[in-house]
Amino acid sequence: MAEKLKLQIDGIDVTVNNGTTILDAARKANIHIPTLCYHEDLCVAGNCRVCVVEVGGSKALVPACAMPASEGMQVRTNTGKVRLARKHIVELLLSEHNADCTKCYKNGNCELQYLASEMLTGDPLYIDLVPEHNYTIDRFNSAIIKDDSKCIRCQRCVRTCEELQSVSALDVAYKGNKMKISTFFENPLFEVVCTNCGQCVLRCPTGALIERNYIDQVWDAIYNPNKHVVVQTAPAVRIALGESLGMAPGKIVTGKMVAALKRLGFDAVLDTDFTADLTIIEEGHELLNRLKRVLVDKDPTVALPMATSCSPGWIKFIEHTFPEYLPNLSSCKSPQQMFGALAKTYYAQKKGIDPKTIVSVSIMPCTAKKFEADRPEMRSSGYKDVDFVLTTRELGIMIRQAGLDFESLPNEHFDSIMGESTGAAVIFGSTGGVMEAALRTAYEVVTGRPVPFEKLNILPVRGTEGEVREASIKIEKTLPAWSFLEGVELKCVVANGLAHAKRVMQSVKDGTANYHFIEIMACPGGCLGGGGQPIPTNPEVRSKRKAAIYEEDMGMPIRKSHENPEIAEIYKEFLGEPLGHKSHELLHTHYTPRKRY
Amino acid sequence: MAELVQRVDLIFGEYSDEKYKVLEETLSRSNEDIIKDLLNSGLKGRGGAGFPTAMKWKYAAEQPVKEKYVVCNADEGEPGTFKDREILSKVPRKVFSGMAICAKVIGAKKGFIYLRGEYRFMLPALQVELKEFHVYAKKLKLDFTIEIKMGSGAYICGEESALFESMEGKRGEPRNKPPYPTVSGYLSKPTVINNVETFVNVVVICRIGPVQYRKLGTQDSRGSKVFSVSGDTPKPGIYELELGMPLVRFVEEFGDGDTKAVQVGGASGFCVPMKKFKDTIIGFEGVPTGGSMMIFNSSRSMYNVLHNYLGFFEEESCGQCTPCRVGCQQLKKGIEAVKRGDKPVVYLDQLMKLSETMKITAKCGLGQSVANSFSSIVNNFKEEMIY
Repeated sequence: MAEKLKLQIDGIDVTVNNGTTILDAARKANIHIPTLCYHEDLCVAGNCRVCVVEVGGSKALVPACAMPASEGMQVRTNTGKVRLARKHIVELLLSEHNADCTKCYKNGNCELQYLASEMLTGDPLYIDLVPEHNYTIDRFNSAIIKDDSKCIRCQRCVRTCEELQSVSALDVAYKGNKMKISTFFENPLFEVVCTNCGQCVLRCPTGALIERNYIDQVWDAIYNPNKHVVVQTAPAVRIALGESLGMAPGKIVTGKMVAALKRLGFDAVLDTDFTADLTIIEEGHELLNRLKRVLVDKDPTVALPMATSCSPGWIKFIEHTFPEYLPNLSSCKSPQQMFGALAKTYYAQKKGIDPKTIVSVSIMPCTAKKFEADRPEMRSSGYKDVDFVLTTRELGIMIRQAGLDFESLPNEHFDSIMGESTGAAVIFGSTGGVMEAALRTAYEVVTGRPVPFEKLNILPVRGTEGEVREASIKIEKTLPAWSFLEGVELKCVVANGLAHAKRVMQSVKDGTANYHFIEIMACPGGCLGGGGQPIPTNPEVRSKRKAAIYEEDMGMPIRKSHENPEIAEIYKEFLGEPLGHKSHELLHTHYTPRKRY
Repeated sequence: MAELVQRVDLIFGEYSDEKYKVLEETLSRSNEDIIKDLLNSGLKGRGGAGFPTAMKWKYAAEQPVKEKYVVCNADEGEPGTFKDREILSKVPRKVFSGMAICAKVIGAKKGFIYLRGEYRFMLPALQVELKEFHVYAKKLKLDFTIEIKMGSGAYICGEESALFESMEGKRGEPRNKPPYPTVSGYLSKPTVINNVETFVNVVVICRIGPVQYRKLGTQDSRGSKVFSVSGDTPKPGIYELELGMPLVRFVEEFGDGDTKAVQVGGASGFCVPMKKFKDTIIGFEGVPTGGSMMIFNSSRSMYNVLHNYLGFFEEESCGQCTPCRVGCQQLKKGIEAVKRGDKPVVYLDQLMKLSETMKITAKCGLGQSVANSFSSIVNNFKEEMIY
């Protein structure tokens, strides 16, 4: 039991556990203290000083985010001294900030802007320092744009990149008036170890780090009568899009999203979940195939453990950090890229459309997907497989631009073909989802029976944010063809957030872990916490999204990928068999070793 | 001629601790005894902030942790200070002894000297001395070693928590306090960090006893202090003087007869104008100083002096906290604008308020102390800021 202590904030008695900060104590008492550098997901920095409060008879103010409460402490959050100091601090930040709000992508969703309006900043108190600073904008990256003139040096991005992702592509450079957030040797983002995961974008309080948006290009394609614009939507978008449009976190808006996309003018509204199911078939067979080659053929060239390859942030991370383990990655493309390759081949063929005229758009909870779509490998249809990747946020903007009242839209269904999916595909959006979906199928392929878990819910592999989850599943009473797997305990590990991914890979490298199958998602919580999801993000929001994903899974009539009728159809009509010739041509890829620096 | 100021020779002279005799004697005493003596001596930290040394050691000693550290802050970066360099060159053994006594009292096995980057030239000589010290320590059966860590030239790394960060190989940025170093310092272990001169004072007190030591100085400022005297003076240099003297006597001794102001405590200290020389005590009850005494005569523009300081702070701020990073830039740009006539004279009042905000909101001593020189110069030499 933690020791309790009692303090007074603005005259209100608050009892908290020992070690609680003033900020958390105040939140408990529903007292609002403004913050900027503070973020629930990150270590306390205490460097913006916006949250200063008065304590006891002390002359100096203290930062509420960093100062632990103590017994009998008298805190005042709303004195003249506090308000003046906060106003000065916000004014100081504004004097260094390119406050050209109407030209800013974050206009209306900016924490600094909000604070400025709260403090009624009028004419600037201080001299404009923006012309003094030689601010640079890095717009060379396909996923993320970094504009130093908007940066307020709160270091949320630096902490995100280091603490959550252990990438450290962003760090503090120089000191004093020249201090800035920069990269290794101040190289552009595309030349450094940045994985494009966009976690920094999620947490940047201003417009200093934003996604590269392709909204206008997509509108142009939609308005072009000679183009057939298909759109695919990732599993994690349908449980978060509502937040971008004023709805509470955790609302499932699949039907409304489809309706909105149709009203925006897309020619076909299809589902990434279809190719998520396809991924499971391909990846599941790949795993079984690798196991067979190791256990039966004793083939030393086969790499185990096999790791999932759906998360493009993770792919770039392993290319930089553990390039010697690239053979361990599943060769399957991510569902987005499988979809892209099929849209301009299978779909075009079936619909009788010239693939030249198809514009393939995807809606993703992810910024790294933008980079993935631009990879030179991703042109196996003969064209760029996915032309434009939009984040959940960008779709939110398009829906607002179109003037749709999202909440009142009716529920509509995905178009066909490539619109049918299962519960197994939906859970791709959460950490542990790919693992669970793969096991639901692989176990049944091997034993002829469903996985021995109540209602197919393989709870032991459902990942939890902030931890690495290990599980093993014993394979018993196999079908004759798979008898070599009889009694094998399939060892699985699930990790989310690249810091944890690094730990898993390090243990593989050290030989301290003995896994068969590794699922890694680059973002905390998996895609539901992806870098392209609505802002803000925090543990509470993510747990609501997670609950929604599993609710959606439970509500699906089919919950195993191999039972998706459209999947059976595509193998029959087009692909032949899993891991077959056509699959290899369209659905599998290879990776590029990259340097750390 | 009667001495205007009381010269003392405790730090450098009399006793160089050739054979580490004081250390040997002190090691046989109880820890409580040593802390009691330090408490009675009234010794306050010589880095400038003036925290009672005995209390710092006591807090660290009380920590129920096995791994503890002693750190000697030799990152002498305050403009106008150069006394630690002299102490470390002339009487390094006293510094080592002081650190070793501290190690015994708090229960540390490892000590560090964080040496200013620009003092690299002193390294070979110090290494030779350290080798000797380790031989003696072995003889005295003292389980304590000292290592020298080099700074890289950042002023902020003289701030104790930034210094720890730097020692740990990270970017030198101050930490949030609490926790204080005595609870969580180097490698997050309890750490005593003291100025070079403070450690030497401990040795002095252990040698002459607190009663003798207390005879020097005033109630709030006991003992002697090594001053770095510079500026418009016929005799710049390093002087060990009794603490607590009125500034007027100091100026009579060191001034060139035309002194208009003295900057006490370096860029982060206070500027005292002539009219206040009489009523200003050099010590913790008046204007404290880490040793820097800069004398300005009437040929000097106090605007230029302030502008120079602000330029220094603007560059040497670590940049992490808003009030310090942007505040320093605004103060400098602000006085420039007033001087040019681009901003009205009342803008100085706005800047005074800003400096007050910096004082109460900045994360560390750097940003908090910019207001000292700013307000004391602007208040006392307002005409020079404007015309």
